[in-house]
Amino acid sequence: MTSKHPSSPAIRRRQVLGGAGAFVLAAILPAGRSRGAGMLVEDATAPFAPNAYIRIGSDNVITMILPNIEMGQGIYTSSVMLMAEELGVDPQSVRIEAAPPGGGAEITGGSTSSMTEWMPLRQAGAAARAMLQQAAAARWSCAPDACVAQDGYMTGPAGQRLPYGELAAEAAKLPVPKDVALKTPAQFRLIGRPMHRLDSQVKVDGQATFGIDAQVPGQKVGAVAACPVIGGHVGHVDTQAALKIRGVVTVLQIEDAVCVVADHYWAARKGLAALDVQWVEGPNAAVDTQAIYRQLEGGLSGPAILADHHGDTQQAMTRAHGRYSATYRQPLLAHATMEPINCTIHVRPDGCDIWTGTQVAERARDTTAEVTGLPKDRIKLHSQYIGGGFGRRLEHEYVTQAARFGRQVSYPLKIIWSREEDITRDRFRPAYLDHLEAGLDERGYITGLTHRIVGPAVVARWEPSGLGANGYDDDLSVGTVITPYTYPAYRLEFARREPPGVITAWWRGVGGTRGLFVVEGFIDELAQRAGIDPVAYRREMVRNNPRALAVLERVARESGWGAPLPPNCGRGVALQFAFGSYLATVVEVEMPAPHDIRIRRVTCAVDCGQVINPDQIAAQIEGGLIFGFSAALYNEITLEKGRVQQDNFHTWRVMRMNEAPKRIDVHLIESGESPGGIGETGTAAAAPALANAMAAVQKRRYRYLPLLSPLNQPSGHEKEQQG
Amino acid sequence: MLTLQINGKSVEVDVDPDTPLLWVLRDVLGMTGTKYGCGIAECGVCTVHVDGRPVRSCSLPVGLIGPHKAITTIEGLQADPVAAAVRKAWLDIDVVQCGYCQPGQIMAAIALLKKIPNPTDEQIEAGMSGNLCRCGTYMRIRAAIRNVAAAQGVTP
Ligand code: FES
Ligand code: FES
Repeated sequence: MTSKHPSSPAIRRRQVLGGAGAFVLAAILPAGRSRGAGMLVEDATAPFAPNAYIRIGSDNVITMILPNIEMGQGIYTSSVMLMAEELGVDPQSVRIEAAPPGGGAEITGGSTSSMTEWMPLRQAGAAARAMLQQAAAARWSCAPDACVAQDGYMTGPAGQRLPYGELAAEAAKLPVPKDVALKTPAQFRLIGRPMHRLDSQVKVDGQATFGIDAQVPGQKVGAVAACPVIGGHVGHVDTQAALKIRGVVTVLQIEDAVCVVADHYWAARKGLAALDVQWVEGPNAAVDTQAIYRQLEGGLSGPAILADHHGDTQQAMTRAHGRYSATYRQPLLAHATMEPINCTIHVRPDGCDIWTGTQVAERARDTTAEVTGLPKDRIKLHSQYIGGGFGRRLEHEYVTQAARFGRQVSYPLKIIWSREEDITRDRFRPAYLDHLEAGLDERGYITGLTHRIVGPAVVARWEPSGLGANGYDDDLSVGTVITPYTYPAYRLEFARREPPGVITAWWRGVGGTRGLFVVEGFIDELAQRAGIDPVAYRREMVRNNPRALAVLERVARESGWGAPLPPNCGRGVALQFAFGSYLATVVEVEMPAPHDIRIRRVTCAVDCGQVINPDQIAAQIEGGLIFGFSAALYNEITLEKGRVQQDNFHTWRVMRMNEAPKRIDVHLIESGESPGGIGETGTAAAAPALANAMAAVQKRRYRYLPLLSPLNQPSGHEKEQQG
Repeated sequence: MLTLQINGKSVEVDVDPDTPLLWVLRDVLGMTGTKYGCGIAECGVCTVHVDGRPVRSCSLPVGLIGPHKAITTIEGLQADPVAAAVRKAWLDIDVVQCGYCQPGQIMAAIALLKKIPNPTDEQIEAGMSGNLCRCGTYMRIRAAIRNVAAAQGVTP
């Protein structure tokens, strides 16, 4: 998927930031709350604001304005580290602010943040530092180079010492330098060393404000129900009983949803339960999961888009010593972020404020402008901490919905989707079918590979300009075209099928998660067919790719690959190059019975280029793996009569601590390459490594997700024909 | 009017008795540290203590609590040494990711450690498996709880 890069030069003047009317978040915090470390702030003015990212006040308060939103991935900490490194300040002393739309906010997703921000944020810090040095040099009549910037102080050649704040006003008068020297890796004091997360304190104190925690004076709370079938709309509504519930204020309607507004959420929920709504279910009222899979099956043959190819696969197949094929299937998936969908909005005749967690602040603002008819610059979006993104908050339809309801009332309105609404009205990771066929040499290695993906193109709805001229969504290339492997001949086809009755969306790991399950499962099958150890088989395939080879060797060594295991235990491996990072993963499982599985141990070796905050790499991989295991083992969204059948954590199972791996070890391989993404790599690795481990124990292949699905039974579904 | 003891203070609230404690805390009293996740006692993000025991506030109607039971929320732990030790361990190990589940995790961990100062891994799992974390911070939660026990000098 794509991430929006700053269109203007990396270092820009801060353009839109408040002015006199700027909103101060502290005003809406209940009395007694302090601005602790990691608390998001919003401030309007500072004498020195050399670029979109940094403000230095004469009171010596340094504020960093962060283009990417924090949703657990540690981006606030690593972004501050990058700027603080070059500026010469203690990251712990910095106040943090989420960039507003139009003021530097960027789309946060696709594991792109570290990759895109690595240079701009360092340049921003370096430019500010250079200007402060120049200001100090003018004061002390010395060369700028003779002034040393460190820990928020400038030190001069004769031992002069001033805090940055005292130089701020003078520095602000200087032109922003175009080219600034950046530190060399040998000079790094912060980058590459472990730093505690800056957002931990407020989060363990319970003081971090997520979107759902917004408290605006005079706000009312709304419980929302949309038509349970996508494409349907509200028919008749009887509000009588609902309005009798104590605390209920009013009932609002938009085309496809109703909202019961009350003094507090429980009254709103009771009101919603009492509301009598007749839905007009529309064209998708008969859709069920089987219809979606039947549609996909239809795409396994017939015309398809040629997405990528090299060499002559046809010739490779004809001349092959053997041929082998398999079909993989994966289901619709919900995000179920821990914080349910919500949005607080105050629409007034002259302007609008929004408090929410979003990965797409600018889109959310723009759609609100459309709905309310207000100019964009009258809409202020106050980005809050996000209680889990995973791609869900790359959608902003809940902000649009809040605006549609909110424009009907004069007071601030907070809408909260119940967990049931959050899951049933989610936008789902699509279902896919993949068919692969390999031509093999006499040793069992690939001479030609053809791969057909059947499924939707998520990008076509989300960002139509991202769809290739041939109709291909190149997100599907992650884990398929983009791999550590090279094949003598290769052909990737895409048969696009847009499912009825659901809206498809990004989900953690995007193309990598779906692609790796298929490709790493298939490679494992080929190794098994050839009678070659799965690590040895891959080693041969990547012998000319030193970074891939290094992670594979390391994981084999650290995991004790090949060492004897107790009965009913097995190991599986997965190797990947995705989001600019190399990762090798070994999962060790115990399966006392075919449906009883324990993950004993997971070992990863990662080369993600230049590391910013090493321990957070490990944290992201650990969390990403568990997120991925949860989906791989348990999760599948199903539909009946157009309605989603899973609606809360009793039917949408999330891995619990007692089911989590007993041990996860992440080994970092030092690298000078530019930083790769990491937030999605663990999730992408989870299903293939786990499936391969289960296959090793059960002596059968796992080609269907979820892995505990009855479709993975030993007989009846093995479709390969050995050549 | 119902009277509740919250974080050592007596509080009067004017709501229907079937209102879950969670929504009284969040929407009536403005104490948003306690979170909503499922509403059906499946996820644990709404965990508070009632007389020291961990309770799912989303499923506890305020009318059933009474004026004498001590309710403690994430906002009311200032003077609690176990809470301080738990928070320190959480910070040392960098447990949090998105952080949304963490108030509930921390309340569950404090209750566990007060009951069993040096829990075995099985006891940690038994005490904590009711609390979901979508970001998958379980490895670090386990480690942090072990650290608290170790720092308190209790040995198995
Ligand atoms: S919100 Fe109470 S257990 Fe989930
Ligand atoms: S830290 Fe995000 S849900 Fe637990």
